Amino acid sequence: MDERFTDALSQLADYTSQHVLLSAAALALGVAISLPVAVLASRRPRLRFTALAVASLVQTIPGLALLALFYPLLLGLSALTVKLIGTSVPALGFLPSVLALTVYSMLPILRNGVTGLLGVDAAYLEAADGVGMTSRQKLLRVELPLAAPVFMAGIRTAAVWTIGMATLSTTVGQTSLGNFIFSGLQTENWIAVLIGCAAAVALALVADWALGLIEAGAVGRRMAPTVTGSAVLAIGIAAAAMPMSGSHSRGYVIGAKNFSEQFILAELMAERLEAAGQRVERKQGLGSAIIFRSLAGGDIDAYVDYSGTLWANVLARSDVMPREAMLEALTAALRERYGVTVLGALGFENAYALAMRAARAAEAGIATIAELAPLTPGLKLGSDLEFLGRPEWAALKQAYGLRFAEEKSYNPTFMYRAIADGSVDVISAFSSDGRIAADNLKVLADVKHAIPAYDAVILISPRRRNDETLRAALAPLIGAIPVELMRQANYMLDRDTGKATVREAARFLEAGAGLSGR
Amino acid sequence: MASAPLIELINVTKSFDGERSHALRDASLRIDTGGFIALVGTSGSGKTTALKMINRLIEPDRGEVRFEGEAVASLDAPTLRRRIGYSLQGIGLFPHMTIGENIAITPQLLGWTKGDTAARVAELLDLVELPRSYAARLPRALSGGQRQRAGVARAIAARPRVMLMDEPFGALDPVTRDTLATSYRTLHERLGMTTVMVTHDVQEAVLLANRIVVMSAGRIVADDTPGALLSGHASAEVSALMAMPRRQAERISEILQAGGREIPRHPPHG
Repeated sequence: MDERFTDALSQLADYTSQHVLLSAAALALGVAISLPVAVLASRRPRLRFTALAVASLVQTIPGLALLALFYPLLLGLSALTVKLIGTSVPALGFLPSVLALTVYSMLPILRNGVTGLLGVDAAYLEAADGVGMTSRQKLLRVELPLAAPVFMAGIRTAAVWTIGMATLSTTVGQTSLGNFIFSGLQTENWIAVLIGCAAAVALALVADWALGLIEAGAVGRRMAPTVTGSAVLAIGIAAAAMPMSGSHSRGYVIGAKNFSEQFILAELMAERLEAAGQRVERKQGLGSAIIFRSLAGGDIDAYVDYSGTLWANVLARSDVMPREAMLEALTAALRERYGVTVLGALGFENAYALAMRAARAAEAGIATIAELAPLTPGLKLGSDLEFLGRPEWAALKQAYGLRFAEEKSYNPTFMYRAIADGSVDVISAFSSDGRIAADNLKVLADVKHAIPAYDAVILISPRRRNDETLRAALAPLIGAIPVELMRQANYMLDRDTGKATVREAARFLEAGAGLSGR
Repeated sequence: MASAPLIELINVTKSFDGERSHALRDASLRIDTGGFIALVGTSGSGKTTALKMINRLIEPDRGEVRFEGEAVASLDAPTLRRRIGYSLQGIGLFPHMTIGENIAITPQLLGWTKGDTAARVAELLDLVELPRSYAARLPRALSGGQRQRAGVARAIAARPRVMLMDEPFGALDPVTRDTLATSYRTLHERLGMTTVMVTHDVQEAVLLANRIVVMSAGRIVADDTPGALLSGHASAEVSALMAMPRRQAERISEILQAGGREIPRHPPHG
């Protein structure tokens, strides 16, 4: 069987169970909040208008944006709780995901709840008063049971939405079936994307079917379907929770940004820890700013970042220093300001660079950015999703006076496609990218040294600063990975045919670095 | 000491549209134990409003309602309602509960034991002439007449002294309606209850009640025995209303006397 397939299948149980727990928690919270709000809203027209308007508004926010918004919100909250009670609130992973999904799930439950309650025939309400029910008894014995079918239909809709949207929680560091989809997209592993997609669809169908049984039972006052539906849900959730309760000690958390090199390095670090008998959680697909903050906040324990990125984004420095001096200054500053340890440089650079197709560059006689600059008004620039918003781009633009006719952002994979097919003329390439050699691209020299060096460095969180196990597992990687080796490993994932899995690339890297004798 | 009337409405006024029009206007009514009172009148005459004030389903704007000598406004509404049977036009059997569960509601709310409640449900089904097996059925499995019987059983489950009925037989076919009305009248006698019934059907009022209260535009315009009202009233409106059953009866007897001389609607075959 295809290795990519077996590799994906081996992660299916973990991803699915986390996806189930996340969706179930969000849905349960959504019901718990929406139900009382719906009851109050059905009695007070003004509250009804407000609640439904707010819920509808939330629904119009794109799901990804909603998740992204909870991150700064929780960071702020965390700063507050640290000040007040001395403990922090995790801003990444489960909490922001569950909150965003909860808010998202509320509209259908609320809307159907209000509709259901308002739709109860006035004769039954009068009868309930007439037999001497208090308003509470009337609600519990008459209104809610009669509105239950409409309520359940709302919960079904919410369940399907929540399960679908939970795939996005991967971007804020919560493992879900979205991991298949996001990492599959980055590495063009369509099998992984398909598996993630199919699993999420299957999950939604099963949940909808089980909730449908409960609904049918509620409508027809029959016990059997209600019991079956509830049992399916209970068993599913219990099965998903099982591996979580197996081990109580929190393992190590290794982070990765959203491109192949990061996946490979994170996998390599994780496997070395696992080889040392440790439990490891992988948080993939995190954005540059988020990943450093979550390391500083202790949500993740280690990851690989790049000195120039940290220099500009974290320390907000725009001056350019010699490579060694910058690394030293960076190490001191990160320790002092954030308590973050720079364990050391891996041995290669992954610099932002501008690249053109080699043939095209030769034809125009361009070898440096300085030579490119006068031609930019007639050229199109393709970049990754971050580049145009980064200080490096501002520095390059200023230093060389770049004025491209058009600037377009792509997912990295599609950016290389765009330069290959001529949609753009210049791209913001990464110097360790295997596709530079493979696609015959020419990296243009930064002759004015407008942007700093980008040594890949391992960062360790403040709370793991003195963790010997972690240091022992990761220290051998320092200085062991030359740029050619990293390019080859990256290319194993980024090439169009005969793609390897992240795990295979990580093992290749480990062997190439002479470290696989474990 | 002269005992207080069972139910008393004292100068009650009610408007549902901010005093532009009145459902009840300064109405007073005294009901003693044991009577069968029919409130009659056209739609909008205020008869249902007056009825629902007794168990506080509607509160008066001005005036006072008393039950067993106490102002109902000072009583807890659910507690008051558990002491008064109430049977409404749409019957209002809860569709998600069985007939047995429906009948058992008020005893349950009053905290009767399970055994007492179950025994009472069986007794009530006998009383309203429904098979005991119907206790396990849902309301939708019963005919309209059977549902109305179950509705009556629910209303009298906790042995109330007073029964309020709002057009109880309104939605039934005439045959079922007559049967049910007669058997309810028997029940009323046997249980020694006081019944206040709202109806727009004068004939029904005449046949069932021993006192008829005629309402018009929120006021009580006549209050007497059926016999007295049938033999005429100072108000032309009341006289016309009360003459309805007799006029119908006269028309029927004319038809009967005409006998075979009636022109057939369809020519005989042959």
